[in-house]
Amino acid sequence: MSSKQRIEVRVNGIRHVREVEPRLTLADFLRHDLGLGGTHVGCEHGICGACTVLIDDRSARACLTLAVQADGHEVATVESLRAPESGALHPIQQAFVDAHGLQCGFCTPGFMMTTLELLRGNPDPTEEQIKEALGGNLCRCTGYQSILESVKLAAQRMKPGAPA
Amino acid sequence: MKPAPFDYHAPATLDEAVALLTRLGDEGCDVKIIAGGQSLMPMLALRVARPEVLVDLGRLEALDYIRDEGGTLVIGAMASKQAAADSDLVRRAQPLFQAATELVGHRQIRNRGTVGGSFAHADPASEYPAVALVLDTEFEAVGPDGMRTIPAADFFVTYMTTSLEANEVLTAVKFAPFAPRRRWAIQEFARRNGDLALAGVAVTLDIEAGLCRDVRIAAFGVQATAVRLTAAERMLEGRPAQPQHFEEAGRVAATALDDPMGCIHASPDYRRHLVGVLAARALTEAAARPQ
Repeated sequence: MSSKQRIEVRVNGIRHVREVEPRLTLADFLRHDLGLGGTHVGCEHGICGACTVLIDDRSARACLTLAVQADGHEVATVESLRAPESGALHPIQQAFVDAHGLQCGFCTPGFMMTTLELLRGNPDPTEEQIKEALGGNLCRCTGYQSILESVKLAAQRMKPGAPA
Repeated sequence: MKPAPFDYHAPATLDEAVALLTRLGDEGCDVKIIAGGQSLMPMLALRVARPEVLVDLGRLEALDYIRDEGGTLVIGAMASKQAAADSDLVRRAQPLFQAATELVGHRQIRNRGTVGGSFAHADPASEYPAVALVLDTEFEAVGPDGMRTIPAADFFVTYMTTSLEANEVLTAVKFAPFAPRRRWAIQEFARRNGDLALAGVAVTLDIEAGLCRDVRIAAFGVQATAVRLTAAERMLEGRPAQPQHFEEAGRVAATALDDPMGCIHASPDYRRHLVGVLAARALTEAAARPQ
């Protein structure tokens, strides 16, 4: 039963080869096998969105994905946002700081990875489109208004030609 | 909240998958197929499902397509829901199916969840089975004896059960051409955006010289499978396409509904009420849709 599987996954640009139990979720693989604790595990059954990562540039719930399903794929976690050399925050991260898009911060990695996918596909979203995009992420602190403001601010700053 | 242990196989081809399912079945193994896993993973996490073996179809890239075959829209079972929602071909050829797809979960779910996976999972609260019942939908499945085609009316058996054999793989969903004149709408009620619906209704109909023709109404989330609301369909046939008749159709649909499900969020009576309201709304929306 459940013999370990060899998987090869690129996470934040780095190739990892590991032997994993089939039942291991991608979220637990990222946190425990790779030590990337930024991907938070909330409900563990696909409701809260705290574990949102990008798989091949598409948002996914890491708790609803098995690590074995990520074999051969590219995963991006919240740790990929920060500039590797300078350590500068990504405009999305800075916008969440500046517009108070977080209080306890538990849900924030999921919101930011969802925002990353949104703004890559739609650099100038309407408020309705932002709400629709964030609909799969729960926050128990902010009341969401400041998260909406954060996403709007990030979009504004990430627009081509926007002052840095 | 962690899945129980299971053995895992990820066959590289459809033939390999069918042979594997056949062998595991012969050995008496409790097997589940996983596609995108967006319905199965929560069941594994909650241990509602504890299969001994998981067969992952994720490597069957040949089943990931959306194409037009002589007017018939064919969606490979492994195409993602987001791909279907974003497809201009789907939007043009099957606007009701496209609209229903946008109602499924959230983008994170639709990115991973597959079209075939939802149909094979046959959750009674899913939009897809109801949509299949009001469109001319067929399912293509491959087993050890080759391929067969199953019409939607024969596909959904009961709660999370289809007529697929344990060693058959759903390979494609086929939608017969949807006439441009045909009207459609889907309405549902859920407690939160993206939740499974407590109840929903999908409709298609023609309006000829102001009269309703070929009315098809299906409800989801109310019984063990999606169900056609035939009493309301019959009542509307040939009637003027006017609000008072749509409201009456809603009342007929609600009254004729056998034993709606009850749960902590919605009593049987409440679901019956929702079906009536949503049927009337869907018919009104469909009739008002610009041609």
